[in-house]
Amino acid sequence: MLLRSLHFTHEEPLPFELKGSLFTLTILHLFQLDRAAIERHLAEKVKQAPGFFNNTPVVIDLENVVESQDGWDFSGLSEALRGYGMVPVGVRNGSAELQAAARLAGFPVLPESRSAGSAKKPDRADPAPARSRIVNQPVRSGQQIYAPDGDLIVVGTISAGAEVIADGNIHVYGALRGRALAGVKGDLEARIFCQSLEAELISIAGRYRISEQIDTSDRCKAVQIHLAGDRLMIDHLTR
Amino acid sequence: MCRLATVIVVTSGKGGVGKTTTSASFATGLAQRGYRTVVIDFDVGLRNLDLIMGCERRVVYDFINVINNEANLNQALIRDKHVENLYILPASQTRDKDALTKDGVERVLGELKQSFEYIVCDSPAGIERGALMALYFADEALVVTNPEVSSVRDSDRILGILASRSRRAEQGDSPVKEHLVLARYAPERAHRGDMLSVEDVLEILGIPLLGVIPESSTVLQSSNAGVPVILEESSDAGAAYGDLVERFLGKELPQRFVTTQKKGFLKRLFGGS
Repeated sequence: MLLRSLHFTHEEPLPFELKGSLFTLTILHLFQLDRAAIERHLAEKVKQAPGFFNNTPVVIDLENVVESQDGWDFSGLSEALRGYGMVPVGVRNGSAELQAAARLAGFPVLPESRSAGSAKKPDRADPAPARSRIVNQPVRSGQQIYAPDGDLIVVGTISAGAEVIADGNIHVYGALRGRALAGVKGDLEARIFCQSLEAELISIAGRYRISEQIDTSDRCKAVQIHLAGDRLMIDHLTR
Repeated sequence: MCRLATVIVVTSGKGGVGKTTTSASFATGLAQRGYRTVVIDFDVGLRNLDLIMGCERRVVYDFINVINNEANLNQALIRDKHVENLYILPASQTRDKDALTKDGVERVLGELKQSFEYIVCDSPAGIERGALMALYFADEALVVTNPEVSSVRDSDRILGILASRSRRAEQGDSPVKEHLVLARYAPERAHRGDMLSVEDVLEILGIPLLGVIPESSTVLQSSNAGVPVILEESSDAGAAYGDLVERFLGKELPQRFVTTQKKGFLKRLFGGS
């Protein structure tokens, strides 16, 4: 009752409202326009994982389609996809002709996503090495230091209650007593190195261990920490 | 005055560790040795320094009155009755920390620098406005810690703030000079592993040790009597504060109230090698 009274203060109740929202959608990158080949490959995919694509909304990406064809049969493709449980919701990229055909079949043409357009291309053109961030002061309780895009090197100690974060590796030349999170953007190859492992939490690419889960035999030792599959491995550094 | 005045903040993060006791004795010690010294109570709303220094019945105007131009410094400064060269600028009991403006504090410190050699700022506990204002203009800091994990962690936090949010840090000057004061230390309890040892605390905080003040009933007695404990020269705590002041002024003295530990609390807890 309270909710009703809050929402419908007008005399006439509102039938709907419009709001923006973000969704994660599966992208179907099309390489060619051969319907038969597409369907064969679809059947194979679905056989590998039956039921996996049930009611999966997909966007058809035409960026890698070299050929162009006026009035290509998007309705046919749509039917085929639906036959395997996928629900096509739109297309993106591709030639003007293909986009026109898609519109004709009732598909919206979605704008290029940012990550594909602006982030990917400069990567290929400019492979500049990521910069490391070097911290010469001790990192005290309550401080948080982040090294975006690269490694974080801390010359001193990281106190309990402090947090160091890097997109790349973390190197600590003193004791690591706080939290250290390496590869926070998902780099599975990232590692943590420290002279004395006394951490509250260690994490690589989202996989983490808290203090309690660190073996006493690894405690206060010089170690490197890396991922093996989904498991955080702690190796002692020998001189 | 040939030398530039030095601003020293006495801070800790945690409450009840001995900041005001240390401020009172440290300022008294400097004045005893002939330096013109003023000690300012930044704990606006929880005025205590005047009690410890035994001048509570002579407070007319306070620090906030001076900041707000309701009184001038000469009206607010209280001359200490125990030693010469020492003045106290009490906090206001009726206001809160919002009354401490950065411009106001800077102006008052600037005026005090004209006539004093050492300005001791007694910080309130916490990391909010009062504590930030007390440490912002500091040249040096006495970080008071008890041999106890939560106190040490809070001190670590304050050290981080000194290194990042003081004026020296903001303007890229040489950093605030840090000194550790380990108060309420009981060597035999540290030896048993009941409390952190000096070595444990130094390992965690990593700043130079200025003095170890032993746990002593004299501290409580002299607080209640309104006499800074440094004046009780026959007591352990009083003697330790005396040594601390000498060390601050550059003399090398051994720590007297520490016995060496074989195995500290941290090592017992984590079974380190």
